[in-house]
Amino acid sequence: MKPVAGYREPYPGTQPNHLHPAYASSIKRAPTKPQVRIPYTLSEVTGPTFGPEIVQPKASDLTRQHHGEPLGERIIVSGRVLDENSRPLANMLVEIWQANAAGRYCHEVDQHDAPLDPNFSGFGHAITDAEGRYRFVTIRPGEYPWRNHYNAWRPAHIHFSLFGPAFATRLVTQMYFPGDPLIPFDPIFNCTADEKARNRLISVFDWETTMPMHALGYRFDIILRGREATPMED
Amino acid sequence: MSLQATTSQTVGPFFKLGLHWLNQENLAGEGVAGERVTIQGRVLDGDGVPVPDAILEIWQANAQGKYAHPADTQNKPLAPSFLGYGRVPVTPHGVFRFTTIKPGPVPGPDGTNQAPHLLVSVFMRGLLRRLITRIYFSDEPANASDYVLNLVEAARRPTLIARWRGDQPGVLEWNVVLQGPDETVFFDLGL
Repeated sequence: MKPVAGYREPYPGTQPNHLHPAYASSIKRAPTKPQVRIPYTLSEVTGPTFGPEIVQPKASDLTRQHHGEPLGERIIVSGRVLDENSRPLANMLVEIWQANAAGRYCHEVDQHDAPLDPNFSGFGHAITDAEGRYRFVTIRPGEYPWRNHYNAWRPAHIHFSLFGPAFATRLVTQMYFPGDPLIPFDPIFNCTADEKARNRLISVFDWETTMPMHALGYRFDIILRGREATPMED
Repeated sequence: MSLQATTSQTVGPFFKLGLHWLNQENLAGEGVAGERVTIQGRVLDGDGVPVPDAILEIWQANAQGKYAHPADTQNKPLAPSFLGYGRVPVTPHGVFRFTTIKPGPVPGPDGTNQAPHLLVSVFMRGLLRRLITRIYFSDEPANASDYVLNLVEAARRPTLIARWRGDQPGVLEWNVVLQGPDETVFFDLGL
């Protein structure tokens, strides 16, 4: 059996540690013992694959999932999914969820005193095309308070979930909006030590995808781990 | 050109919104060959309190030890309609339960087969990136020679092994313990 090529190591500081005390929920949930380093095997370089047939077109337009239009500012969020070797990743499932324009999630645990919107569920999914592109139509989510510390507020954000080509490439992240004054104060955003790495979580206002008289466009490219070169045979 | 992977962020408390549509308690529908097993357990935090907002993802080979993925080039049959993937949220009481088939052996790093195992990703509020672990089976002789299990100190190996429950046929128990003396072994894949 030939050795299995793994996936590239993250550059130091570009990924968060499990424990980040400023994010209070991590204190009782981050593991305390060292993680065990294991070699890549067939188990880690394979992973679930999804075909375009599982995604309905309306799933990528969060403004068309109900009879009426949701309140708030309509936006277009699009981008490309690439690996660290700059290779576009086609047929990749992208899942998103978010608060409504008032900063309220359509979720029973969210007790924030802001109105629900009967025309906005706040979730969707899409599959990347041959060039790794995805596109969602949604509304700009509102900021909202949380209990992490006194007067804590989350900046506006959209949650993203991607599988990539293997178990090893699974990624869940959050996309932020340019110019949001809350970003520098957010312990979740700040959990990544490397400033450039965390700033890449902020989407870019994009004239190219902005639609006249209709919606502003924001671009958010997502990079998944790239495969190491295949080990040489003896 | 070389790019850097996007930084991970927590799923937060509201992931059910975006992720629920792929939840499944049964990974193996009728007609999928193999020994049917149900695995149940709890996710516990550093105070031993059940975590009400965690979600597990399972990845596994079929009963022949073949992954439904193009990188698996073994000359073994695929099981029709068996993806090998499951997304399993915990209940508000921190309990999860799913049914699948026991996977067959898959190739290991040292030229021998690995013991049957499921890969598990664990996501929850408070975790800035996922945790990675494995579920092995307690009655499996191949565990003794499994390459990955043998990288783990012997005293901690039991945290990776699901045990048959005497009171419920076909049901194994396996828990995710985030901290403390019985802390589950989590693996490092460089991320």
